[in-house]
Amino acid sequence: MRGRQQFSIHFLQYLDPEGNLDLPLPAWTRDKSLLLSIYENMVLARLLDQKAVALQRTGQMGTYPSLLGQEAISVCTGLAMAKNDVLVPYYRDAPAQIIRGMSPTEVFMYWGGDERGGNRNAASRDLPVCVPIATQLTQAAGVATALKMKGEDRVVVTTCGDGATSKGDFMEALNLAGVWNLPIVFIINNNRWAISVPLAQQTRAATLAQKAIAAGIDGIQVDGNDPIAVYEAISKAIQGAREDSQPTLIEALSYRLSDHTTADDASRYRDADELKARWQEEPILRFQQFLHQQDLWDADREKALQQRCQQVIDAAVEEYLALEAEPNSAIIDYLHAFLPYALESQRSEIQQKKANVAI
Amino acid sequence: MNVSLSTTDRPVVDNTTSLDESAGPKIRGETHAETRECVLVEAINLALHYEMARDASVVVLGEDVATNGGVFRATLDLKQAFGAERVRDTPLAEGLIAGLSVGMATQGLKPVAEIQFMGFMFAALEQIICHAARMRNRTRGRLTCPMVVRMPFGGGIHAPEHHSESTEALLAHIPGLRVVIPSSATRAYGLLLAAIRDPDPVIFLEPKRIYRAQPLRICNDGKTLPLDTCFTLREGEDVTLISWGALISECTQVVEQLHEQGISVELIDVATVSPLDITTILQSVAKTGRCVIAHEAPKTGGIGGEIAAQLAEHALLDLKAPVLRVGGYDTVMPYAKKEALYLPGIAEIKSAIEQVLTFG
Repeated sequence: MRGRQQFSIHFLQYLDPEGNLDLPLPAWTRDKSLLLSIYENMVLARLLDQKAVALQRTGQMGTYPSLLGQEAISVCTGLAMAKNDVLVPYYRDAPAQIIRGMSPTEVFMYWGGDERGGNRNAASRDLPVCVPIATQLTQAAGVATALKMKGEDRVVVTTCGDGATSKGDFMEALNLAGVWNLPIVFIINNNRWAISVPLAQQTRAATLAQKAIAAGIDGIQVDGNDPIAVYEAISKAIQGAREDSQPTLIEALSYRLSDHTTADDASRYRDADELKARWQEEPILRFQQFLHQQDLWDADREKALQQRCQQVIDAAVEEYLALEAEPNSAIIDYLHAFLPYALESQRSEIQQKKANVAI
Repeated sequence: MNVSLSTTDRPVVDNTTSLDESAGPKIRGETHAETRECVLVEAINLALHYEMARDASVVVLGEDVATNGGVFRATLDLKQAFGAERVRDTPLAEGLIAGLSVGMATQGLKPVAEIQFMGFMFAALEQIICHAARMRNRTRGRLTCPMVVRMPFGGGIHAPEHHSESTEALLAHIPGLRVVIPSSATRAYGLLLAAIRDPDPVIFLEPKRIYRAQPLRICNDGKTLPLDTCFTLREGEDVTLISWGALISECTQVVEQLHEQGISVELIDVATVSPLDITTILQSVAKTGRCVIAHEAPKTGGIGGEIAAQLAEHALLDLKAPVLRVGGYDTVMPYAKKEALYLPGIAEIKSAIEQVLTFG
């Protein structure tokens, strides 16, 4: 094909920021328990996030990246996936991981500096949290290749932030997903900030979704704070991946209401008025208003939910703080399947050291 | 020896069994193994054919590896034999090749990736260092990375810029990686099979200067060689000469020339530069009391320095002379016209041996 190509990027939104419907509801919303599950998981995600920050602030956990305001994307990711699909997450996706079987305790463990966090479920094939930006995306392409080669109808869902779209790995993975028709869904959690750098300094492109066009795959933009739009887009994309091995890129527009991490101070670079305005668009209150309008929610249910979530979190904190440390030798025992001879003396030395448990 | 590991889900294992045939699945038809004359690159190809036939989870991927059979023909005819699903030409992106391999390996495949030249591996290093080398550790054994990254390395073939470096020390510095360097067709065959069967990531560096140097008869029986043991190629009494890769050729010539002069040199091919088998080296130096280490990589910060340091730590009283290193110069690998000036050779190795023999 020669010359100029035309393209457009579809933007999907059902609920406006006040929780009012813009479009007729998709059929899956007739499943009321699913709607309630989205809401309940978002509330749990927010309370867990607040607790994680509190643990860090009180010296009981390490640096932690909050996902305040982005709960809808992660929760809908977790709920839209089948159990035996594979999640390849970035580091702000604890809600999806929890829905897929990780315990809340493990969130505290991982960010509290304990490698066991995220790995208690030995049967899980999900990849662990990925800290180096965008490197998970090419790995996800590898996972998708493996699943496709095995002839299984499992799919891969991988997530990243907006900053990750500036990295070569992002385009390399998208490009390959197109060339090899991989059963994969890429979700960009566009929270508008990569630490202190706003999106306008990452790209001149009008949308991140249009980066799919260059790779020859489908791209769609959704209101990432509208759980109905997010769930609809992800579940459609998963269906395309599962049934036709079609890759999709989803750009979910949200906003990082928190600092980048507990080690960051966003007031150094972010306007307070902007933050205030963005609070009007956050997903939880929006969805609660929608549920009220649908007669699915009331104050008593809210109170009971808050109590249930608090119990879950309190139990997780209690378990986390009471955990027995791994033996010293754990720092070298998992390096190889079999400890090389060359490392035996170091292992002995490590074992004899006094344990150093401080966070 | 037994290593008892701390978690209940991991068995107490005998390290030697991981290197042994008995650790892997039974090989069909091994009694009818053919013998074939191969140069080093053909031995690699033979090992790849053998293992792809034996183990359906082995996948070969990289640039030009499928239809073209690799720019050095290391992957020749694999696509014809095993199909385009298992032998994959990737888009031209080394970071992607490594990341794909990590992802595949976590789901039970055994990717054998080719990086076309070591000079292009740097884009892949983030995946190799931050993920492949750490996956088992950071998931506490939940996910693993049984993958091999093969790449030709070293100078001496008058190649363009970025095609001739020897940066094995960069890789050997990374915990969680095995770094393997064969120096003959037979060792290439046995070590590559061992690398593919190893349950963890292995970097397999192929000395391309000797890719087609010396044909050897190889029994295509699927037998592995150990991944943590040096090879003593010649036994000797007067001095220990340690090297690896293409330079083993020059070292062998030195050993023969000095033998005619009545000097007995013990030649050790390290072959598995990480983890380093210091035991074999210490035993040799305890006997000879003198040691020269020769490598093509820049001298400073090279693996020769690590071996010399371990000799200083563990064998000081055995030494009758300082340990000498023969290495490349600490400069950028020159273009073809001057690469001979950079590369250490017979004269430099002989001179170092004479120095340690006449010391004091």
